[in-house]
Amino acid sequence: METLILGLPVAYYIAMVAKVLVAFVFVLLTVAYATYAERKIIGHMQVRLGPMRTGWHGLLQPIADGVKLFFKEEIIPSEASKFAFLVAPLVALIPAFISFAVIPFGAPVSIGGYTVPMQIAAYYDQAGQQIFDINVGVLYILAMAGLGVYGIVLAGWSSNSKYSLLGGLRSAAQMVSYELAAGLAIVSVFMLSESLSLHKIVADQAGGIWNWYAFKQPLACVIFFICSIAEINRTPFDLPEAETELVSGFCTEYSSMKYAMFFMAEYANMVTVCAVTTTLFLGGWHGPFLPGWMWFIAKVYALIFLCMWIRATYPRYRYDQLMRLGWKVFLPLTLLNVVATGIVATLVK
Amino acid sequence: MLGAYLPILVLVVIACLFGLGSVVFSSLIGQKKPSKVKLQPYECGCEPVGTARERFSIKFYLIAMLFILFDIEAVFLYPWAVLFKRLGTFGLIEMGVFIVILFVGYVYVWKKGALEWE
Repeated sequence: METLILGLPVAYYIAMVAKVLVAFVFVLLTVAYATYAERKIIGHMQVRLGPMRTGWHGLLQPIADGVKLFFKEEIIPSEASKFAFLVAPLVALIPAFISFAVIPFGAPVSIGGYTVPMQIAAYYDQAGQQIFDINVGVLYILAMAGLGVYGIVLAGWSSNSKYSLLGGLRSAAQMVSYELAAGLAIVSVFMLSESLSLHKIVADQAGGIWNWYAFKQPLACVIFFICSIAEINRTPFDLPEAETELVSGFCTEYSSMKYAMFFMAEYANMVTVCAVTTTLFLGGWHGPFLPGWMWFIAKVYALIFLCMWIRATYPRYRYDQLMRLGWKVFLPLTLLNVVATGIVATLVK
Repeated sequence: MLGAYLPILVLVVIACLFGLGSVVFSSLIGQKKPSKVKLQPYECGCEPVGTARERFSIKFYLIAMLFILFDIEAVFLYPWAVLFKRLGTFGLIEMGVFIVILFVGYVYVWKKGALEWE
């Protein structure tokens, strides 16, 4: 009989720590190189070259930026509320880096007789038959997305600068508005999947592209993705930063690594949002020929590219337009979508 | 079931260590030459006027309040959506009534002008 800790074999704990470390480093690298990719892609879209000096075609640029930011002077404004000012970047960064824990990123693999699910917060029962993951996975992601708002509001308020305060307030109002529409948009997915577990939602979309929820719920898919872009404050919804009017909004007073943390949080949120959209609507890691994790990464990167493409294409929204879009267009549309899904599903049955 | 939450705890610890570590490390090796002017709040190079602890638009409170109301209603929809197929026609009608009530409130908020920004 093998040794069990809290009812689970030791191998489970080794696999768990390995998965956490690999996923964390992977997200960190993706975040670093997303900044490079963004500069390069937008550069080429605007017929510029983007970074070229550090390394071959600027490939070492993220590392150079990181080192530079580490050596920068740390400025804490004399007017600022010091504790909140120091805590705010952490409050923004940590939820951004822990919300991918529930996302399944590949087919289960067998290592030395143990079946390991490719999902951080999941394990097989001892017979290796059934995956247990968090059955409220989607709620966990929504909760973490909600926590991110605190970091930005804290930063805006504690800086005690007018630009920061305005940026923080705008950001809070924008994020909660679009969180609402995004949360309602995915209700229709739960109606089809009958579960909040991401493992179950991905399993439901197996067996071909026509099983993807993007085709069964196209409206929900589009609204969720747009709302997610608004929730992570990316162009065309980047009013909280609005360089030209608020000089970077909530992070005006931040410098050095604390400033970088807001940016890492933003990019990590982008990775998470793309991963969630992939999982809920684009069939997760399912795909032909290639192993599941490759499909997952390909889909997530394609969505990240889409985000950057959108940034290169669209001008920034005005604040009243932004609020009108969220409250007067997306909110009623999502409710109608839920009702329509309900009626159609009942009639079909 | 609880076993599935343990990895999240591990991830939280790693993320905290990473965040704290990079802040502490950068404040250790970064240069420090503070001056009175440098530590003032930034106002595009001008002398800061007044304080930032001012009153601001009531609109933001209104949005926060509406968000709480509608988000709670969204949360009520989640368990219903999960059980939707098992509840059948009865569940559909029941939730239809709920959504109609929600919609009446929404129309009221709209007509009152709570969603307008000038």
